[in-house]
Amino acid sequence: MGTRPGRPGGAAPPQFRTIDAMSATAAAIPAGESPTRRAIRRFLRHRLAVFGLVVVLAFVLVAILAPLIAPYDPLQTSWARIRKPPSMEHWFGTDENGRDVLSRVIWGARASMMAGVVSVLGALLIGVPLGLLAGLAGGWTDALISRVADAMLSVPFLILAIALAAFLGPALENAMLAIAITASPVFVRLSRGMALDAKSTDWIEAARALGNPAWRTAFVHVLPNIIPPLLVQATLAIAEAIIAEAALSFLGLGQQPPNPSWGSMLNSSQRFLTQAPWLSIFPGLTIMVVVLAFNLMGDGLRDALDPRADKT
Amino acid sequence: MGIWLLRRVGQVIPTLLILSILIFGLQQLMPGDPAVILAGEERGDPAVLAQIRAELGLDRPIYRQYAIWMSKVLTGDFGFSWRIRVPVSELILAKLPVTFQLASMAFVIAILIGVPLGILSAVRKDTPADWAANGIALFGISTPNFWLGIMMILLFSVELGWLPPSGYVPLTEDPVQSLATTIMPAFVLGTGVASVLMRHTRAAMLTALSQDYVRTARAKGLKERVVVWKHALRNALIPVITLGAIEFGRLLAGAVLTEQIFTIPGFGKLIVDAVFNRDYPVVQGVVLATALIFVLLSLVADMLYMAINPRLRNA
Repeated sequence: MGTRPGRPGGAAPPQFRTIDAMSATAAAIPAGESPTRRAIRRFLRHRLAVFGLVVVLAFVLVAILAPLIAPYDPLQTSWARIRKPPSMEHWFGTDENGRDVLSRVIWGARASMMAGVVSVLGALLIGVPLGLLAGLAGGWTDALISRVADAMLSVPFLILAIALAAFLGPALENAMLAIAITASPVFVRLSRGMALDAKSTDWIEAARALGNPAWRTAFVHVLPNIIPPLLVQATLAIAEAIIAEAALSFLGLGQQPPNPSWGSMLNSSQRFLTQAPWLSIFPGLTIMVVVLAFNLMGDGLRDALDPRADKT
Repeated sequence: MGIWLLRRVGQVIPTLLILSILIFGLQQLMPGDPAVILAGEERGDPAVLAQIRAELGLDRPIYRQYAIWMSKVLTGDFGFSWRIRVPVSELILAKLPVTFQLASMAFVIAILIGVPLGILSAVRKDTPADWAANGIALFGISTPNFWLGIMMILLFSVELGWLPPSGYVPLTEDPVQSLATTIMPAFVLGTGVASVLMRHTRAAMLTALSQDYVRTARAKGLKERVVVWKHALRNALIPVITLGAIEFGRLLAGAVLTEQIFTIPGFGKLIVDAVFNRDYPVVQGVVLATALIFVLLSLVADMLYMAINPRLRNA
């Protein structure tokens, strides 16, 4: 980002700098622009973030249209085509059972994208109401919810997810549930903090004074104001959830064979590393591209939605 | 400082207590009856099942079971492995040094990559060097480390034949072979943390470089090198050091997949093998031990923060 107009080389004392920065921002916003439009405009200015969005949308389409665009049946085995290197007929080669790797990567997008999105939605559904409750109710409710969140955050993400998935039993749905539960404390903390901030503002005071019940204050007045940071966190959490699903499937705790997912493909590819390296290369590369896209999008959203975040 | 420390330790206790309830509660999620799993071939015999239940205390009410389990955990007894009938604490203590070696090496690699890159990109903000460093960090965060591990085996073991693809030799047995077997997994494990450290170092350096004392130092005519290394970096490293202590804990978790790929018999391999053998006490024990290490590391991080930041020391 270039230097701000009207800022003399950072030499002004702090109080002037603040006013200076404010007037600079105010000058940059066309009169009457809504916050949503402003966020969209700021997001679109980020070329990398837009690139991330395009890649994410492309993968969403691939996941939805998998039956139409996959060149082969992802489960169709063939003894005549075992471990063939990439070619014109099979762009990503074939696997140890003669299945087309490209088709499996395309169908795998369904498992991985769904796992990423659904588990983060689950985490939001668990975390946000609890966080709002803790922040607004305070007292014992807050102490209990916060301590449980702290306790869960003190176990590293993947270890907790593995333990939960292990006790729930190996299946894609259980892996998603395990990731959702493991990811929820972050949202508890975030929405609790935002609710505490909001509680001391005049508009919440006003909403209460008007006699709104607590749940209405929480969902109608607090929630809309905390959506921007939640959106940023959720986008970054999807990136993490996709890696977590791949990791669980890689360990055999997620998607079960013969159904394809990027993680389980990597798992079976390891045995053929010397004879068929393409089996390992393509699923992993795909995970990396998708996660990168979500991360770029999340960083762009943060810059676009958080008016306080300076571009550092 | 003493009162602060007491209060901070006091905060840890309820967290650990709730954690123990959650970990104990994991058992309740388990499909099927543990007695049936343990009985194996004799699972049809109700007398055997009843005996196992009595032995494990499964016939008592749940809160009693928790009380018994907890009183044992407090004395360091994490139960015994259902599979090989060895105390879980013994298994964990045996595997911990392996993972500790791996994590320490990874940590050194992470610091050697992450901190200089962070300084470089802060000092050269908005130049190609900054963009390159940010790009590397972004790739580091986005690459699943188990896939990176497979790719490194492909390159360095299969194609070039420089390093062994798997296995582990203890440091005490043959230091050179030990390094050869752990350098790839340590690098794989370190890259993710390096990216996080890079981002934090960069942010902290940028904050430090915009402070008044840095402007004063420059105005005094000090060399830029002195300003960056002596004035800015020293202050920027305070938050980075505390973050480092917490990230070290995260390395233990990252080790789960890395050890799996490179077949290193550490802590991570222990939990994965336990998951597949349905050896639930071992899974519980490993989760509890990791959480304990993690909580202690955050405590150490906070203490470090107090120790190196003179402004807090007198507060």
